[in-house]
Amino acid sequence: MEIIKVEHVHKSFEDLTVLRDISFSVKQGEVLSIIGPSGSGKSTLLRCITNLEHVQSGSITIGGNILVSTPVGGKPVYAEHKTLQKVRLSVGLVFQNFNLFPHFSVLRNITEAQIHVLGMPKAQARKEALELLAKMGLSDKAAAYPFQLSGGQQQRVSIARALALKPQVLCFDEPTSALDPELTGEILEVIKELAAEKMTMVVVTHEMAFARDISDRVIFMDDGIIAEEGTPSEVFSNPKNERTKRFLSRFGA
Amino acid sequence: MGQLLILMLQGTFTSLKIFFLTLLFALPLGLLVARGRMSRHRIISSLVNIYILIMRGTPLILQLIFVYFAPYYVFGASADRFTAVIIAFVINYAAYFAEIYRGGIQSISYGQYEASSVLGFSKMHTFTHIVMPQVVKRIVPAMGNEVITLVKDTALAQTIGVAELFRVAQNAASREFSTLPIFIAGVFYFVMNSIVAKSFDLIEKKLDYYR
Ligand SMILES: Nc1ncnc2c1ncn2[C@@H]1O[C@H](COP(=O)(O)OP(=O)(O)OP(=O)(O)O)[C@@H](O)[C@H]1O
Ligand SMILES: [Mg+2]
Repeated sequence: MEIIKVEHVHKSFEDLTVLRDISFSVKQGEVLSIIGPSGSGKSTLLRCITNLEHVQSGSITIGGNILVSTPVGGKPVYAEHKTLQKVRLSVGLVFQNFNLFPHFSVLRNITEAQIHVLGMPKAQARKEALELLAKMGLSDKAAAYPFQLSGGQQQRVSIARALALKPQVLCFDEPTSALDPELTGEILEVIKELAAEKMTMVVVTHEMAFARDISDRVIFMDDGIIAEEGTPSEVFSNPKNERTKRFLSRFGA
Repeated sequence: MGQLLILMLQGTFTSLKIFFLTLLFALPLGLLVARGRMSRHRIISSLVNIYILIMRGTPLILQLIFVYFAPYYVFGASADRFTAVIIAFVINYAAYFAEIYRGGIQSISYGQYEASSVLGFSKMHTFTHIVMPQVVKRIVPAMGNEVITLVKDTALAQTIGVAELFRVAQNAASREFSTLPIFIAGVFYFVMNSIVAKSFDLIEKKLDYYR
């Protein structure tokens, strides 16, 4: 089953076109990596899927709910509030710079949405949040505040926060780029574990070895288009596109 | 002397009434004004901006006189003096508070809103539970300054004949040919502001648990 289906998406900021006719889909349990040079539109694509940006045309369907569709020759039509909320809850996003809530404890960062968005009873939210923290190896940090944690720990909290809503798919936008090199490993490890549990994921990353290792499929984006798409071995070992080749040789992958 | 102190305490009571009523109305009104100032509707934001410019660009003493006398020329009647004082102080302080709120709100990173949106929080929940608590922490020092100024500004109420602490002290001074009552008033203001400063210190400490 397709969890994410993106069809003919166009996105521009003023007169700068950032996404040109992007189409792809993500199946249940699949891990898709998106690679590509800076400015190629990777973040913008994730932000369109998570409804942080509106598209100029095209359609996006998530978990069977239509987030946006565009009738032929018309303007894009976004879902009404109830569906929008369903879509929001079915797709999680982990930010490059965590965006934790600094005034909430680690525990409350996770439970706030469980309680106020899902309407979960407090005791259950707490229990589930503590389980997630244990899974992230952060059991002893439940009462800490974000500023007391290392970058890697903060990013693990933000992953737990996203998982707490039980999304059908979890997106990552360069989850290790804001971290010191020695801390990237612990995040990549967590994502690997999630992949092993068959969590559906879309990962924008500059970690080529990692992308090659965990992905079922890789998309190479360049200048707003999908320049190449395939299994890791296809894209990394036998790239067909000239630009993919150049990009990969620069990254030494 | 006992007589004088009783009079001055009565004046102080009036000053405190002005102080607390101004805070009571101007703090929430300021938030509303700040939202208006940041409104996406050009007309609303520019009207609110003009209001803020006038409130900050003209003397409070002039605004007091205007609020008290203008209705008299238009309707042939004025609000009672004390009400006029409260209205003038509230609309003046709301403008200052609004700019402080606005600075605080705009200092919150966009990522906080984006995280809230992705987690499904409503706009209301995002504002009241994610944004505002962080804003409060950031504006405490600026608010402290403004509130200390308010304590001293209450002395302006006498311009339209409200017998607050300073007016009472002045009256006593001219009656008794002594500047002592004025110095006593000074001590009163100093004590009130010490309490204000201490309270803001406590609030700052209380919000010190995160960064
Ligand atoms: N809000 C915005 N307003 C205007 N232009 C934007 C905005 N967001 C992104 N852009 C532009 O869109 C293009 C694509 O940006 P995007 O962030 O999606 O690239 P990216 O592939 O994620 O790059 P990186 O690898 O550096 O993160 C860039 O040229 C960027 O300047
Ligand atoms: Mg990016």
